[in-house]
Amino acid sequence: MTKTIVFLAAAATVAGCATYTAPSKEETLAVIKSSFQDRGIAKVDRLNQTDLQRICSETGNNPPPDVRERLEKQALATVKYPADGRWLGDFALGERIAQTGVGLQWSDAPGTVAGGNCYACHQLSKAEISYGNIGPSLYNYGKLRGYGDDIKRYTWGKIWNAHAYSACSSMPRFGDAGILTEEQIRNVMALLLDPKSPVNQ
Amino acid sequence: MTSKCKRRGRRRALIAAALAGAAVAAAAQDSTLQEIERYRQMLQEGNPAELLVVRGEELWTARRGPKNASLEQCDIGLGPGVVKGAYAQLPRYFADVDQVMDFEARLVHCMVTLQGFDRAALVKSPFSGAGQRQTDIESITTYVVDQSRGATIAVPQNHRKEKAAFDRGKQLFYMRAGPYDFACSTCHGVDGQRIRLQDLPNFEKVEPAQRAFATWPAYRVSQGALRTMQWRINDCFRQARWPEPIFISQGTIDLITFLGVKANGGKMDSPAIKR
Repeated sequence: MTKTIVFLAAAATVAGCATYTAPSKEETLAVIKSSFQDRGIAKVDRLNQTDLQRICSETGNNPPPDVRERLEKQALATVKYPADGRWLGDFALGERIAQTGVGLQWSDAPGTVAGGNCYACHQLSKAEISYGNIGPSLYNYGKLRGYGDDIKRYTWGKIWNAHAYSACSSMPRFGDAGILTEEQIRNVMALLLDPKSPVNQ
Repeated sequence: MTSKCKRRGRRRALIAAALAGAAVAAAAQDSTLQEIERYRQMLQEGNPAELLVVRGEELWTARRGPKNASLEQCDIGLGPGVVKGAYAQLPRYFADVDQVMDFEARLVHCMVTLQGFDRAALVKSPFSGAGQRQTDIESITTYVVDQSRGATIAVPQNHRKEKAAFDRGKQLFYMRAGPYDFACSTCHGVDGQRIRLQDLPNFEKVEPAQRAFATWPAYRVSQGALRTMQWRINDCFRQARWPEPIFISQGTIDLITFLGVKANGGKMDSPAIKR
């Protein structure tokens, strides 16, 4: 009996299927980090996850309620509102930012002004039919929600750090991660909240 | 009809399709999703990758490299010299190197050990640039995957290293990182998602995972080039704002193992043709 077990165990080892233990999170992370290299502006330090990135990754973007609340509070604290109280810029410039997808890729030259690439995930103006659906439609954004200061403040915060209102959102932190400048965000704000913007027609 | 004749006929069809394709491409931009789907279907009728299959086969059988040897003794998983159906069962564990390899890793291994090519030179520029001649790795990959057309995807999960590759690949698939906080799953973990008008396969579902895995490598019309699975992974990470995955690194093989196992049971349909 013992002999048989030893024999079976040996056979299993030969086939490489004995007592499989999955690699730990740390081991896996080490393999992942050794599998990437710096290229252009995209350096390997991008693999050092923030707390938020790590928690969202490990919970399938669905952290327990207390963690969610903490993440949202922390995200809201990162939002830098316009110092001069000027919420809206130029919606035509905002449309251009919404259409542009470059920025922060290794194929982008250093100093490339990043776009917001809003159309990759959202419907905005009716004229642009090539829009993605990862995020909700923002067509008639202001017309449906109103043009008051409360909605402006919320929208600014959502663009700056989407996790403030929905922890583990798929949306990039356009202000917090330094993807768009304050002035660019103002222009995107106008695209959404200027009554004359094509989004609100 | 001999296979050579068939190829010549296809070549002629290709030229016609390329001309038609250009006109259709212009129309598709200001048209609807259905128009784009129609365009995709038209493209299927003439795939320039056919030409590369021929070149890849020549490279596979030619005596080359410092050792003046062919690749015909290369074991890509089903025994030395067996090409038919082999791609559909990769990545897999190879005892001679005690590791899991995808096709491109195994090809590099054979070009080094059998033919005597310099590994560093091979992995330095595995993908052709815009307007450049396809690399030998791309050409040979095209030939080998073509030999698996119709074969059932059966990425093995027997050896503990194959299981470990899957488990690491899974963690990588769901890992959010970089300035945009993107994971593979951000775009490829939900049904029916699109970036602009581009459909994104959901790898958590069997059918879209099978369709996606089965159709790489593929000829990309927008780039005028055949692109391999390693390239597909590379360009995804570029757009996700990650650093660059090292060609045939463990991480890329792990991810391809994860995707392949998710696609098991599907039928290979590559080289495909995509927009």
